[in-house]
Amino acid sequence: MPKRTDINKILIIGSGPIIIGQACEFDYSGSQACKALKEEGYAVVLVNSNPATIMTDPELADRTYIEPITPEIVERIIELERPDALLPTVGGQTALNVTLALSERGVLEHYTVELIGADIHSIRKAEDRDLFKKAMQAIGLSVPQSGLASSVDEALAVLEKINLPIIIRPAFTLGGAGGNIVYNREDFIELVAKGLDESPIRQVLLEESVVGWKEFELEVMRDKKDNVVIICSIENMDPMGIHTGDSITVAPQQTLTDAEYQILRNMAIRIIREIGVDTGGSNIQFAVNPSDGRVMVIEMNPRVSRSSALASKATGFPIAKIAAKLAVGFTLDEIPNDITKETPACFEPTIDYVVVKAPRWAFEKFEGADSRLGTQMKSVGEAMAIGRTFKEAFQKALRSLEINRYGFGSDGVLKIMQMLKRLPDRHKRDIIEKELFNTREDRIFYINVAFKMGWSVERIAQLTNIDKWFLTQLSEIVEEGRIFSEDCRKGGLTADNVRSMKRLGFSDRQLAYLSHREELNRLYDRGPEVQKEYAEALKNLEDDVRRFRMEKGIIPGFRLVDTCGGEFEAYTPYYYSSYDDDDETTASDKKKIMILGGGPNRIGQGIEFDYCCCHASFALREEGIESIMVNSNPETVSTDYDTSDQLYFEPLTLEDVLHIYNRVKPDGVIVQFGGQTPLRLARQLSESGVTIIGTSPESIDRAEDRERFAEVVRKLGLLQPENGIAFTPEEAIRIAGAIGYPVLVRPSYVLGGRAMAIIYDETSLTDYIATAVELSPEHPILVDDFLEDAIEIDVDAICDGRDVYIGAIMEHVEEAGIHSGDSACIIPPLSLSAEMNRQIVRATEALALDLEVVGLLNIQFAIKDDRLYVIEVNPRASRTVPFVSKTTGVPLAKIALKVMLGRSLAEFGLKKMKEIPYVSVKEAVLPFNKFPGVDTLLSPEMKSTGEVMGISGNFGESYYKATLAAGDSLPLEGTVLLSMNSRSRGELREEARRLYDSGFRLIATEGTAQYYNEHGIICDQVHKVSEGRPNIIDLMKNGEIDMIINTPTGKMSKDDSYAIRQAAVRYHIPYVTTAQAAKAAVHGLLAVKQNKGRGLSVRPIQEYHREVR
Amino acid sequence: MTEKAYLILEDGATFEGSMFGYQGETIGEVVFNTSMSGYQEVLTDPSYIGQIVAMTYPMIGNYGVNEEDVESDRIQVAGFVVKEYSKSYSNYRAVDSLANYLITARIPAIEGIDTRRLTLHIRDKGALRGGIFTDPENALSRLLSHPRMEGLDLATGVSCQEPHDFGAADATLPLVGVYDFGVKLNILRLLAASGFSVRVYPSQTPVERVVRDGVRGILLSNGPGDPNAIPYCKDLVRDIMKREIPTFGICLGHQLIGLGLGGTTYKLKFGHRGANQPVINLSNGRVEISTQNHGFAVDFDSLKNDPDVEITHINLNDNTMEGLSHKKLPIFSVQYHPEASPGPHDSRYLFEQFCGMVAG
Repeated sequence: MPKRTDINKILIIGSGPIIIGQACEFDYSGSQACKALKEEGYAVVLVNSNPATIMTDPELADRTYIEPITPEIVERIIELERPDALLPTVGGQTALNVTLALSERGVLEHYTVELIGADIHSIRKAEDRDLFKKAMQAIGLSVPQSGLASSVDEALAVLEKINLPIIIRPAFTLGGAGGNIVYNREDFIELVAKGLDESPIRQVLLEESVVGWKEFELEVMRDKKDNVVIICSIENMDPMGIHTGDSITVAPQQTLTDAEYQILRNMAIRIIREIGVDTGGSNIQFAVNPSDGRVMVIEMNPRVSRSSALASKATGFPIAKIAAKLAVGFTLDEIPNDITKETPACFEPTIDYVVVKAPRWAFEKFEGADSRLGTQMKSVGEAMAIGRTFKEAFQKALRSLEINRYGFGSDGVLKIMQMLKRLPDRHKRDIIEKELFNTREDRIFYINVAFKMGWSVERIAQLTNIDKWFLTQLSEIVEEGRIFSEDCRKGGLTADNVRSMKRLGFSDRQLAYLSHREELNRLYDRGPEVQKEYAEALKNLEDDVRRFRMEKGIIPGFRLVDTCGGEFEAYTPYYYSSYDDDDETTASDKKKIMILGGGPNRIGQGIEFDYCCCHASFALREEGIESIMVNSNPETVSTDYDTSDQLYFEPLTLEDVLHIYNRVKPDGVIVQFGGQTPLRLARQLSESGVTIIGTSPESIDRAEDRERFAEVVRKLGLLQPENGIAFTPEEAIRIAGAIGYPVLVRPSYVLGGRAMAIIYDETSLTDYIATAVELSPEHPILVDDFLEDAIEIDVDAICDGRDVYIGAIMEHVEEAGIHSGDSACIIPPLSLSAEMNRQIVRATEALALDLEVVGLLNIQFAIKDDRLYVIEVNPRASRTVPFVSKTTGVPLAKIALKVMLGRSLAEFGLKKMKEIPYVSVKEAVLPFNKFPGVDTLLSPEMKSTGEVMGISGNFGESYYKATLAAGDSLPLEGTVLLSMNSRSRGELREEARRLYDSGFRLIATEGTAQYYNEHGIICDQVHKVSEGRPNIIDLMKNGEIDMIINTPTGKMSKDDSYAIRQAAVRYHIPYVTTAQAAKAAVHGLLAVKQNKGRGLSVRPIQEYHREVR
Repeated sequence: MTEKAYLILEDGATFEGSMFGYQGETIGEVVFNTSMSGYQEVLTDPSYIGQIVAMTYPMIGNYGVNEEDVESDRIQVAGFVVKEYSKSYSNYRAVDSLANYLITARIPAIEGIDTRRLTLHIRDKGALRGGIFTDPENALSRLLSHPRMEGLDLATGVSCQEPHDFGAADATLPLVGVYDFGVKLNILRLLAASGFSVRVYPSQTPVERVVRDGVRGILLSNGPGDPNAIPYCKDLVRDIMKREIPTFGICLGHQLIGLGLGGTTYKLKFGHRGANQPVINLSNGRVEISTQNHGFAVDFDSLKNDPDVEITHINLNDNTMEGLSHKKLPIFSVQYHPEASPGPHDSRYLFEQFCGMVAG
């Protein structure tokens, strides 16, 4: 059956900002869907608030709305665009939720918009717990039994129907707080009572526990002829009880017999039919009892998901693209398999390798967060690795995570071992037991240590519930390491022992450590003062191993991901490395450039860099150069097999990258676009003879080395905040005293705001040195003058060696001292004088030319007392590149790439910075709702996971829209709570007055209320938490407060204001914690309030871009 | 370390690995199977007689072996080739390791083989004779003196010696006679589950005898080897047709029906062996994901002009014939394995179809 001709225009809803649980996999799926539908000749309208996505590139859809994804906004877009159909299944939960809301409001019916992919009925059936349960029971499948209770008596009644163990989940608590598993009646009563107290609505959900059961996922596709295929099975190594996003997962499933697997397959087919997903993909989760094979259906996502992105990358089958084609009427047998070309997409991929996905967490960013893993996802990213065996894939996955580990232990990281060493045996045992039982991010390394200490598979299985098959595999890795170590002690490296270790996935770093384990351990034991020496010794040994391998010709070959286990010829060059006998790469004479991607998402390095890498690849294609992509992140567009000419799904370590480099022999490597990951490799790659394209490593060093950079700044007559470097605590105190408090301090050896702090006095400095950092002659700390209340400016520019094109000057909403990634920012700047603008342009040009930048650079400036300070220069792609590109319509990354290849800016007609007659605001999205207890104050340490953009004709509305897109609906009427430090009271007097004049009720804590009442702004005083009831928190609970302005100082008000901020997150009340953000928010909501009759504007970026001059 | 061993093909290609099953040598036709699970079913499938099977999925042995997932009473393959044998196994039904299973059955197996290189080699060169050797000396001449699969009647040899009932005979149920050319147990299980009393006959049983027993339908089973080499097969099929007994052919049985109808069979380059082959049912346009295991096929062209023969199923990968039926006689057959095992259950409706045909 051909595609449908009765529809022409299709609306696609994206997933919005990157948040925990919803990351760039939806850019991947959305981009595929856009491309697939455009390819078929449909007009595509897209809405997505996330500017850092490939899908919001103006070429991908016909009309692209970078607008908040709320029912109201999408309704306006529908009203304007009148699409025939809406595809709700490629934008994650966000798109499904908005679609449900649109349906409930009757919008779809009113404008006769047809849902394609999944209809309302099936979305509801899959999403609604009760309906889903009934649907499963109707087809004879089991689901965990559950019930709601509002009292202990009701709970006991539920207990009659459900078998213990039971999970008790208090309803509506943040991040699943208060959930517990109970095994007996006594605990049950106690914990139900506790759960009821914790729930704001005094209700608990009681659910039959399947914790510890094996967990499987099946990716299913169905077409309108009712053909159903399973694309991939995935087994979670961490069993039920740990969110699949936080589990190490393996494809295909490993521990079920075919008969058992077919039971799941049959169930999956019945489920997709029963739920009624007519065309497209679904993800179905099952729990299987390891002792008797009993199966329960856990859930079904009637849409593409994180797991379908993983399944696509794992098999080479492009689920989202095919789902989009099925949605417009094609059937599976009509769509060709892109990889084999001659066979159809109507089949089930079979793979001849093993895929392992490992999650990446960021707990270090969230002081006080509960780092135990459970049913609520906490990881911020993931890495995937492919190997010919489980061991190979597993070790590659761990070294892909970029957590400074080079495999499954034995990599010279001795922290856990060292910590345990000093303890008595009993204590040691207790710690390991606890770490194995309470899953936390480094449990896998505790398993490693447990094996090294001789623990049995059975014992570890009992504590972790991990299937013995996986544990045996892990124990074999440890055992092989031990044998190798012994061998080396006796006879050093041999071709045989090295080759067999490489086949088990060991990295050179691991072999380096194992080959000299005892010497290295002894060296390490000498304490922190030899750390540097230890690291160097390890590094040198690693180089030795590599040299040995090269001499012996022990190098990996590259194998194809071909969907069919080798049965048919594959035409798509999608590779992974393995130490088999063969290599399937083919040589070509074309000029080739290799792009190093960003690896797993983490805070500070996310989709923005993947966007840049994709653009680098697109630009290479436009220039007729073969693009070679290297990355390990399965969520991304860059790891789509048709983004680049060749794709290598590999860890981004020196060893792995050099293997590809030596095999492909590209004409150069690009390290500028993938964030810190490739940049960290730049020097070593260059030392290994690799040609780095663009800004030279020497220039990068001049920008990054503190002293050399100070020289540049001095030479150019620019200003830097006063600074110094301290090697001892005494020195730090002396330098800080000389500069004058407040100072900004940070360790010299970490990047991205890790452990950075603003220090207001000597006591805090001493405190910081004692707790937050390790200060030693090897690890000095940097002390900078902190420019309080300075305006922070970001600039993205391209330099071709002769000219400099400034993409945009961005003004931050929050003041300097808050990480730029967490601050809202504005294009064009609001408060800069023409003279200051000129100064910024001149400084940017001077720095770019002096540093001999070729390609992108990002500069952070601060302005204080009308003086311009240079904070830092990064000669590479920055987080703001996509935001600037979406705002101005100039594809910075693409042009930069072409400049790096030797073109001049003049060729693109780029000289003067563009002027835009509208205002674009980027706002950060923070994950505090996943980490109850973590203070929400912003700091120099970046915490945001994603970003959104608001765009309109004026700042107020743009800011309002950005805030709305980030999830906070600023009130247009109601009550605003003010609780401020004395300084911001004065600063925000005007805003308070305007709020009051516009009819808002103001309530405030004592000091603030007094201040404003004295200034004629009527303010009701409210009790602080300690002052009796009803207090602030009661009001928040009762929904009496619509917005909170809370600016804290020092430690004094911390407790109370901390409680306010926690409650704000819990009850989802918009809040701001800086005076600048408060000003912007008030400005924004008043602008929209005054505009109320007209509502918020919506307009595609293609139209905005036409106005750029 | 276990003993070093070699997989050597008749064109000289050599793969080094180590033994993990029975320590011995073996020769056969080397074929690859792309199923990711179900190695026990594959090993015990009589259609693999005379073949050395390489699994393209690299991790084999993970769930051990159990008592239920067998397709005959013993291991049938001539040898087994895997990338990595998993010594440890984990499954609640497992009773033993795969290695012990192979050792008990005296079946040589080799691991550490780059099975992907092997697969690409076979894809390129076609099915080849090969052997697992501990001593590569003279391997080639031994391989070349081993008979090729073409022209080999392996089915007659594997067939049962005496007629026997599968399960307890039940006179209240319609009796189906299964011509055993190496029948998989799951075919018998599914026939029984479809409400038949099932009796298995040696492949050379005269139809007359079967009719005398009162069968209401006949199933021509799967089996190993070259269909053309079974000397009595055409007469058998024609005799059945003459008597208009409802008949269902699976795999080899399908090929025999093709031959009986006057068609011809040929050897595929490297065959279809796996559990992911898309087959379209031409009567309703629906696609079934099927299990397949065949090296020979019925020539499409040899039957397409016969007005009485209807092609019912086609393989979407290479457009080969996957099923046929007779327009006038109650006969139909499929090249693939509706009983699966291992593999998807998409095609089980064919057993119901057979039921309907028998019920008339």
